[in-house]
Amino acid sequence: MAEITYREALRDALIEEMDQDPDVFIMGEEVGVFQGAYKVTEGLLDRFGEKRVVDTPIAEEGFIGIGAGAAMTGLRPVVELMTINFGMVAMDQIANHAAKISYMFGGRLKCPMVIRAPGGGGQQLTAQHSHSLDVWFAYIPGLKVVAPAVPADAKGMLKTAIRDDNPVMFLEHLWLYNTKGVVPEGEHTVPFGEADVKRVGSDVTLIAHSRMVLFALQAAAQLSEEGISVEVIDLRSIRPLDAETLVHSVQKTNHCVIAEEEHRSFGVNAEVAATIYEEAFDYLDAPIERVGGVEVPMPYSKPLEQEVIPSPAKIVDAVKRTLGS
Amino acid sequence: MGQSQKPTDRISDAELPVREAGDLGNYENDQLLDFYASMLFVRRFEERVAEMYLRAKIGGYCHLNIGEEATVVGTLKALREDDYFFGSYRTHGFAIVRDLAPGAVMAELFGKRDGCARGRGGSMHLVDPDRRFMGGYGIVGGSIPLSTGVAFASKYRSTDEIVMSVFGDGATNIGAFHEALNMASLWKLPNLFICTNNQYGMGTSVARASAVTELWKKGVAYDIPGYKVNGMDVLAVYQLTKKLVEEVRRTKEPIFVECVTYRYRGHSMADAGKNYRTDEEMAAWRKRDPVENFRKRLLEGEIFTQKDADAIEEEVLAKVQDAVDYAEASPFPDVADLQQFVYAENA
Repeated sequence: MAEITYREALRDALIEEMDQDPDVFIMGEEVGVFQGAYKVTEGLLDRFGEKRVVDTPIAEEGFIGIGAGAAMTGLRPVVELMTINFGMVAMDQIANHAAKISYMFGGRLKCPMVIRAPGGGGQQLTAQHSHSLDVWFAYIPGLKVVAPAVPADAKGMLKTAIRDDNPVMFLEHLWLYNTKGVVPEGEHTVPFGEADVKRVGSDVTLIAHSRMVLFALQAAAQLSEEGISVEVIDLRSIRPLDAETLVHSVQKTNHCVIAEEEHRSFGVNAEVAATIYEEAFDYLDAPIERVGGVEVPMPYSKPLEQEVIPSPAKIVDAVKRTLGS
Repeated sequence: MGQSQKPTDRISDAELPVREAGDLGNYENDQLLDFYASMLFVRRFEERVAEMYLRAKIGGYCHLNIGEEATVVGTLKALREDDYFFGSYRTHGFAIVRDLAPGAVMAELFGKRDGCARGRGGSMHLVDPDRRFMGGYGIVGGSIPLSTGVAFASKYRSTDEIVMSVFGDGATNIGAFHEALNMASLWKLPNLFICTNNQYGMGTSVARASAVTELWKKGVAYDIPGYKVNGMDVLAVYQLTKKLVEEVRRTKEPIFVECVTYRYRGHSMADAGKNYRTDEEMAAWRKRDPVENFRKRLLEGEIFTQKDADAIEEEVLAKVQDAVDYAEASPFPDVADLQQFVYAENA
């Protein structure tokens, strides 16, 4: 097994799936000649040609709709949005078309499409380019929403997404592209709806997804030095959500902290917290602590931006609060 | 790429070779009778749907094709069985002319288990992939990129199947329409765009909604040839569409057609259709009635007798009655299956 970047893991998944299934193709802004805005699709145009690596105009609603239409005939488009923030332009095609094709036609049509996009703050990209919007998509029945944090999951979940017969929102994070990890070579899939215990612990359950998993692990390492044993759970899949793994962990630790990069209110963490209150209320020794982004449009200035995004230090504080230590 | 200087064709009402289109001698009798019976079927089916709506057998939004029968029949009859069709939310007529089982269509309107969308879709979401009837859609213009995606798939797979995408005049003002037309032309996709210009997007006339009222011109900005046809004349619509379907198939490039027609009823069953148009206007259009005028032409042309016409009427009414009976007999979907179909089960 090789240690490769998150970006390379995604690229490997694309290449492997395109090699074995001629119905898989890539479409999006700058995916071909430009080699990908974030270089995930680097080299793929040369390898697969213009037919299967399709550069689009800047017309997100149009090309997401075209991807969905192609998927309705059984093709398996992997459509890239340059950033998930542009997904708002395409929301009608994602949420009101692709997501509902199966249901509103009584299961007689389906839409096996993947929409890949990076999101996340921390690179001074400001108000219109820094959000993840995970919960916007997770709210919609008919979509599947995943947000892997490590290269092995990135590869395994992208392969699963491409083979899924439903529209999948595959949410990446700008800060993760250069992170490295051990990734199985060749066939490797990770199922949806299964959270992953990234670190075993006994005092508190710390739940996160995407980049916040890395912050959670940093926080856990620091707390470990202070004698606090933290169990870090990576959601990986937001819809479907693996309530069982979360509840089991809370039953063991009796404490829970949820860290999410996006706005603290109404987010994924709200859904996770509600789930745990419903299913593990009696096991909690203290209220759940939620760590989330400050609720402002993302500012430009570096210190302002850093204040918006949750940090390992803020997660450490939250863990201590819930433990009363 | 995209450098071709295509001449932009236009056939206006005046320029249209109406005499040729209307020359009954150009058609086999069977075909003419089929056109007539199909238009009458749409008319009677929709009249019955209106009645069933008023009797609360049908709920929700309910948009009728009455007045547009020549456009419905003339366009669809030009399509090959393995070609694809996309519609808007006004598709009852298109569905039954595309040979979806009328009972399954009526059952869908009734919200029944045996509806073509198993009671999940209703009036706006009729569907039958077996007939390559890729659905009706409730968001104005939303189906247009999807149709272009199917045209993309046709090219990707190197088939000669084309995609007919039907939408109203209102859809030509929304972004999805423009994005889809641009990419259909840029990538040379076999997409036949049919604009059913029935003069109003809900209650707003074309002139009050669109800076360009000659809607066929709207494809021209994207280097897509535009045509305009009298949408009240089934032979004119059919003749033009037939020619263009084959042109799209041959060239693999999109074409835009504006069918000028009129809806007699309101936008939906909830709209009396009177606040925004005059009695005189409605009467003038009814004089051009596609069904009635075609019946007269067939009688005058001695294609059929009044007795034949009566027999067709009877047959059509029987088919409509069968559809209603089928819908009545079908049970409602089981509430226990409510969540079925939210996700496709992975094969």
